[in-house]
Amino acid sequence: MEAVCFYIFSIGAILGGILVITRKNPIHSALFLVLTFFFVAGLYLILGAEFLSMIQIIVYAGAIMVLFLFVIMFVNIEKEEEPSENHLIQRFWGMALSVLIGAALFFVVKSHISKGLMGQYSPEKVEAAGNAQSVARVLFTQYLLPFEVASILLLVAIVGAIVLAKKEL
Amino acid sequence: MIPENYYLLVSAILFTIGVVGVFIRRNAIVIFMSIELMLNAVNLTLVALSRQFHSLDGQVMVFLVMTVAAAEAAIGLAIIVTIFRNRNTVNIEEVNLMKW
Repeated sequence: MEAVCFYIFSIGAILGGILVITRKNPIHSALFLVLTFFFVAGLYLILGAEFLSMIQIIVYAGAIMVLFLFVIMFVNIEKEEEPSENHLIQRFWGMALSVLIGAALFFVVKSHISKGLMGQYSPEKVEAAGNAQSVARVLFTQYLLPFEVASILLLVAIVGAIVLAKKEL
Repeated sequence: MIPENYYLLVSAILFTIGVVGVFIRRNAIVIFMSIELMLNAVNLTLVALSRQFHSLDGQVMVFLVMTVAAAEAAIGLAIIVTIFRNRNTVNIEEVNLMKW
């Protein structure tokens, strides 16, 4: 059952990703990216990270992609034009280098079993206490400083976005 | 039970798809969407390894990466909107003032 879900979600995510980069209409790309985010959230659920899967749906698919769609509609472009001379060469070299990167990553993860220091939050323990509670326990005690710095980062982002969007400073 | 390598493989494929998207598209917004796809691939790696090593540090890291991605999406899209206001295009081949 877990294997069936894994294959459905992973093949869906990969197909969604391929459709994101190949559609001519940017709104179609954005909608396929939303679909990919939903499949990745399903993968998080299989991995036992329920808190993160819900946060992914709310933040990524619900906030960031809505922002993308607003900007696409504001910019109001039609389909992409014909590729220019430079673009065909760029596309060839881009695909060649990406295949190289993909092959390198593939050989790294194909059979390599990573070993390392094991923590103490085994999946059974996390499932017993609840995933959100366990993540909160780690986030608010051990990672409190990055959490507060992230809130300052969000403040900076708000100020920056408003300044950039004004007609005159 | 799915071995952890399968999740890393899916993440590697998603990352490569994002890299291809950054290379071959000329629309700045679609390039930005490919960057978000790459960030999602990295998030998937972090969650898979966090489960493998019985620790929740990976999930906390994913939480913070999502925060940074949201902030970066807001600022990046504001920059794209500003470029569009001045040049009336989002085609990256036409924003080439700094090219030699």
